[in-house]
Amino acid sequence: MFEVLSQRLDGALRKMRNQVRITEENVGESMREVRRALLEADVQIQVARDFVERVREKALGHDVLRTLQPGQQLVKIVHEELVALLGGETAELQLGGGPPAVLLLVGLQGSGKTTLAAKVASSMRKRGRKTMLVAADVYRPAAIEQLQVLGAELEVPVFAQPDEKDVAAIVERGHAAARQELCNVLVVDTAGRLHVDDELMRELESVRRAVPPHETLLVLDAMTGQEALHVAQEFDRRIPLTGVALTKLDGDARGGAALSLRTVLGKPIKLVGVGEGLDDLEAFHPDRMAQRILGMGDVLTLVEKAQEVVDEEQAAELEKKVRRQALTLEDFLEQLQAVKRMGPLDKILGMVPGVDAKSLSQARERIDARQLDRVQGIVHSMTVAERRNPRLLDGSRRRRIARGSGTSVQEVNQLLSQFDQMKRMMKSMTGGSGGGSSRAARVATRKVAAGQGRRRYGSKRKRRRR
Amino acid sequence: MFRKPLAGLRRGLSKTRDNVFGRVREVVTRRARLDASTLDEIEEILIASDMGVESAARVTDGVRKRLRGERFSQEDLAVVEEAIRDEVLAILVAEPTSAAERLRGSPHVIMVVGVNGTGKTTSVGKLAYIYQSLGKKVLLGAADTYRAAAIEQLAIWAERLGAEFVRQKHGADPAAVAFDAVQAAKSRACDVVLIDTAGRLHTKSNLMEELRKIRRAIQKVEPEAPHETILVLDANTGQNGLVQAREFFSTVQVSGLFLAKLDGTAKGGVVIAIRRALEIPVQFVGVGERLEDIEEFDAGSFAEALVTRPE
Repeated sequence: MFEVLSQRLDGALRKMRNQVRITEENVGESMREVRRALLEADVQIQVARDFVERVREKALGHDVLRTLQPGQQLVKIVHEELVALLGGETAELQLGGGPPAVLLLVGLQGSGKTTLAAKVASSMRKRGRKTMLVAADVYRPAAIEQLQVLGAELEVPVFAQPDEKDVAAIVERGHAAARQELCNVLVVDTAGRLHVDDELMRELESVRRAVPPHETLLVLDAMTGQEALHVAQEFDRRIPLTGVALTKLDGDARGGAALSLRTVLGKPIKLVGVGEGLDDLEAFHPDRMAQRILGMGDVLTLVEKAQEVVDEEQAAELEKKVRRQALTLEDFLEQLQAVKRMGPLDKILGMVPGVDAKSLSQARERIDARQLDRVQGIVHSMTVAERRNPRLLDGSRRRRIARGSGTSVQEVNQLLSQFDQMKRMMKSMTGGSGGGSSRAARVATRKVAAGQGRRRYGSKRKRRRR
Repeated sequence: MFRKPLAGLRRGLSKTRDNVFGRVREVVTRRARLDASTLDEIEEILIASDMGVESAARVTDGVRKRLRGERFSQEDLAVVEEAIRDEVLAILVAEPTSAAERLRGSPHVIMVVGVNGTGKTTSVGKLAYIYQSLGKKVLLGAADTYRAAAIEQLAIWAERLGAEFVRQKHGADPAAVAFDAVQAAKSRACDVVLIDTAGRLHTKSNLMEELRKIRRAIQKVEPEAPHETILVLDANTGQNGLVQAREFFSTVQVSGLFLAKLDGTAKGGVVIAIRRALEIPVQFVGVGERLEDIEEFDAGSFAEALVTRPE
């Protein structure tokens, strides 16, 4: 749906490939693309306009680095500026006060306050801080029950008075109860309300007077459009905010509101909701958010995850093996496990630039995570000797492996032929030499004999090349 | 035919109207000529309604073709407004149908879908209110078995409305609930079945697959059903709304939109982008928290309310 900004910029800048400077004339079209990317990410229009102006000034007169294409260089400038504006560093929740330290959650209807309240309670509890939740939504049917169910799941006490309509009184009593129970943190879940609803905004003011909060977070849906800034300004005017929690970031919304809120309102994003599970809560990373707004994918997160799991030495060793064409099924298994350690495949794919919701769901249909488990099972059922030398695998061994891994002989055969293909592919990539490739050709010829027509073309070509 | 005066929509959009109207007026008064930079400013005002860069460009282009180079004074404001309104209308206009005219099944099954927090359960209550006002016997099926207390919330609406209600316990298979609901509607001779589903992000393929399963379960009882599939969209949603509509449309053939929460300052302009790209019509708008705060969508009034002078 959205094109990757760097690609679009590259297109706009193709004309200036041979130039050594970014000039007033050639930068115009690119700035329109930047503006467009920001607006498609729901950055507020005034904020987008100011931002583009700043980038234009910064970009003008920049010498084009030899190593970077002009489009990439411009993306780099845009990215740096975005990170700077999003607030450079990660802002933490300040809940050292009290006890109990009071966290007040406010926001529009459906922004995700109740779920976020439970997530915060869960994370506090994990850090060994005794936490209590207050159900202060007395309007939406079953809102109190929703928080009680979540509280029970987390084993966090929920303070509720279903028959009381005075919200300030409920919070005040909740606060007293939390103090009595020696709780460290009190999380107040309020009703969703419109920023222009004077009566309900007055209710929040009275809650704030009754129990002064240490943190007041605006809970904002990441999918919010141009009105986000206006909404936040109005909430902040009535009850001064200390920060923002951005929810539903596990979707594909760009979350441009974050930029508007940070630059105009000066409020840091302190929390980010990334899933429906009660542990799906993260701190905010300005650099990653910047890439997301620009549509560059969460490349940094991906690189970090890959670095966590791939040992550099292992990678070097693997490369050597590929070059020597000595790849074994053991290496294959290691690679598989590395991929699995990075997390669920769909989450990884979601971080790749240019992968939108549609291609993601298509890919998901093709990739079955359990398939990986089965392959792993098959390799695990082989002896070390077999892993190193698959040629040992005759019919009887294959039957044994299939039984041991709970799969079928067909699946074992399939894996072996895939592995074989992979080896041959790598061979052709690294420009393989001598003996090995004649074996590959023998295998290919056998397959032709077995009537696998599609491969015939490839094998012919291979032979011709030799 | 069921028609309500559009007072609520007007009330809902009045802040929007002040905003867009006020800003267009400001631009037109300040500028003496409809030149490129005046048009740029008009385009920005339109983008602020969430209609998207492309739709705003198209509307602005229409205005430019119509009024190219004309000098205008403040009296000509009406001409600019009219041009904007007509361009918006040209995108939004659809075969006008009413909720009553669309009824064709017996029971008539409507599945309600959307991402988390758009107001599906409340909207289901409002839809039930509309059909009851039409004298129809309504049954609500609580197929959101995931969110804590979602069933209880719908049960409260059903009780207030005196509507039939089918539920299972929390965590039950939503397809089974939908199946039961349609079957119960047949045996209790209900006219309309509304199936409330759990909120789900359109990027979660397993949850989208679950919607397909619910659909299949409904079809086991009624092969022609669901007769309508309504996507509830939060009026505050920005450009992601278009992606949502695209994904839900390709998964469960969304037939219409319910634009909820139009009582704030948000303009819901993303429906213009959706209409343009996918041709899905808007059918209802939610303009408040009470059950009766629902109206059938009227493109003319929406376009009008977006740009014209408040009375």
